[in-house]
Formats: sequence, C-alpha cells, structure tokens
Amino acid sequence: MHAFNYHKATSVADAAAKFAASDEARLLAGGQTLIAAMKMRLSAPADVIDLGGIAELRGVKVEGGNVTIGAMTTHAAVAASKEITRAIPALAALAASIGDPMVRNMGTIGGSVANNDPAADYPAAVLGLDATVITSKRKIAADRFFTGMYETALEPGEIITSLSFPIPKRASYMKFKNPASRYAMVGVLVAQTAGGVRVAVTGAGTCVFRLADMEKALGKSFTPDALQGIKVSASDLNTDIHASAEYRAHLVAVMARRAVAQALSG
Amino acid sequence: MPVRLSLTVNGKPVSADVEPRTLLVDFIRDTLRLTGTHIGCDTAQCGACTIHMNGVAVKCCNMLALQAQGATILTIEGLAMADGTMHPMQAAFRDHHGLQCGFCTPGMVLSAIDLLRRHPHPSEEQIRAELDGNLCRCTGYHNIVKAVQAAAKA
Repeated sequence: MHAFNYHKATSVADAAAKFAASDEARLLAGGQTLIAAMKMRLSAPADVIDLGGIAELRGVKVEGGNVTIGAMTTHAAVAASKEITRAIPALAALAASIGDPMVRNMGTIGGSVANNDPAADYPAAVLGLDATVITSKRKIAADRFFTGMYETALEPGEIITSLSFPIPKRASYMKFKNPASRYAMVGVLVAQTAGGVRVAVTGAGTCVFRLADMEKALGKSFTPDALQGIKVSASDLNTDIHASAEYRAHLVAVMARRAVAQALSG
Repeated sequence: MPVRLSLTVNGKPVSADVEPRTLLVDFIRDTLRLTGTHIGCDTAQCGACTIHMNGVAVKCCNMLALQAQGATILTIEGLAMADGTMHPMQAAFRDHHGLQCGFCTPGMVLSAIDLLRRHPHPSEEQIRAELDGNLCRCTGYHNIVKAVQAAAKA
C-alpha cells in the first residue's frame, strides 16, 4: 500500500471540508473494498478521510412508510434489525447474504452503494425498491443514481448520508452465487411498489439495470407464470470464466421467477 | 505522518505511533508481537486473521490499524483464563480434533465464538453457513463443526 495522510472526520461537513482541501482524497467507509484496492495499489490516494467516527451516519429509522438507513450502517446491523425485518424482510435478507459475517461487520450500505460494484447486492435493492439516495448536497432517485460500471451520479466529495427505502407491498431478492467467491453471478430483486412492479438485476451486466418487459408482465399478473416466454437479451451481459452472457441471461429469468414465487409466499 | 493509536488489546491499554498505511493485522503481529493472529490469504477471504473488535468478528488484514482507534480488541491470546484454563471453544476444538495443521484455528475459534453469540443454538447447516468466511486448507471441516456443536452445549 502506498503511503497516505489519514484524517478522521468528526462530521459530514468536516469530511466534505477535508475532501475539498485535498488534491486526491478517498472517503473510507467500512473499507472492505477500498482497503483491498489500496493494498493492490489499484487505488493510491494522497489523503484518506475516515467516516467511521461520525455517529450521525449510523442507524435505522422506520417512519411514514419509509425505512431510512444511515450510510455507515453495517450489513450486519441491517441484517439483524428487527425494524427492517418487519418492514422490508427482503432488504434484511439481502444484507445477510453479502460476503461473510466478518465482512458484514465492517462493510456499510453507503460504501457499497457509492462503490457500485457490478456484482454488489445493494444496488439491486436501491434500484428495485425505488429508494432515494440522500447525500451531503441533495436527494437522488435510484433511477438516476447508477450510471455505469463503478460509476454513480455522485460528484467528487459528495457524501452519501443515508438511503431511504419506501416500504413495498411485496419484495424478494434471489441470487445465484458464484460457487467460490459467493458474489452474485446474477441477482434479481422483484418488488411490488406504490409506483408499480420493479425488477432490478445485478451481477449480470456492467451496472445494475431494470427489465421493463418483466415489470409490465408482472404489473398485469404478479405470478411466476407471467414471466414465461419473456426473453432476456444476452447482448449487453457479461461473459467471464464463470458464465457466458447467454447463461447469465438464462439465470436472470430463473432468478426472477424464483423471486416472484418467494415474494408471494413470504 | 505517523498518527497516535490508542486501543485496548486483550484487556490491556496499548498506545503506539503508526504509519497510516499500517494494517491492523501487522500492528497486532509486528508491533504487539501477538502472532497467534495469522495472515493467510491477505485478501479478506480465508479468515485466518479474524479477531474481535468491539465484540464482533472482523478480518484485520483488510482494515487499517487506525480504524481500530479507541476500540476493544480480542485476539486468540486473550481467550484463555490467566491460569491457562482454555475458553470453552478452545477446549471443544481440542476435544473434537477440530484442527489439523492449526493455521486456520485462531480465526475459526474467534469466528465460532461470534457465531454462538448470534446463534446460541445453531443447526449444523447454520454453523457451516456462518463459517463461510473461514477456510481450512486441511479441509478439516467436519470436526470443526462438531467442535462448535459441542461448545454450544458446553
């Protein structure tokens, strides 16, 4: 790892000021991706600004039909939250399926969403549940937040403070795990929300995306059978040593049907 | 520029100046000379570096020492009682031959203790799922699972 200057932020405003004062800063949340990237020298910031001491960024609140989760809330805390399990069980289950217990004790929802790894789980929840990303500057709708591989609508120095999830009528997340790494080879979140049915896919392409055909079909009939005959195009999907684009397209359809079935049974 | 780090390790207060890029595992092994915490894969996959920070299991090869500022750390050296009596999980690993070469054992034991904190009466399936962040290259999983089951009853 290259040397850097370490700064412990005391508040969101303090973190933003420290970021602005640096030529090349990175924000440190749980560090489960950033520290590994710095060890490999894929990332070599001059300044690291640690958000770990900012109490206002942690915690869960359920009110007014929304679940709001502080950006520095760990995956383990989301998975164990009775409030979230009651309001959006699919979200707690998704958090419980990330990485392993030790990674979940460090990794945070804000870090995961800001990083936007193509195979991360949380982006599927944010997009599929039509969440709002609340930052130090503004509120960003999920549909406008994820802009490409590891890319988001966040500006340099803009800090996610919390995520607000409207409580859906039903939702479920199904993932086909890579048998070795347990990352999502394909993960599909299906939700019946106030604004209609949403289907979000992670792991399959370069960035989380929605499937309009499936949403339309499920809007008419929220059953696994409604998805029969809908072809998922492989043209923009990933091919790697683990799976071809065609296989991933097949898995998207299978995971979507399983997610609908699970949403109905839960 | 070095930064002052103060924390509690195995019940004792510790202070040292560290380079910001120092990993917690290197601080524990090289500065504190507590070499029971192992570096296996060095990429947060194998779990040999598992310790407890503020009561929960974490992989200390994938975090900065400075992320543990003010924290309470427990390593494998802090588990047994002062008179040498083993922690029930250590005793269960010994009794059920839950180790072969022993390299993964400190991490396995600390993960297993965290597992029982969250699931005091785990099923075999739960034990296997919850230990998925710890790899045993001797593939001695059956006896590790038996040891955790025994410790849950102890």
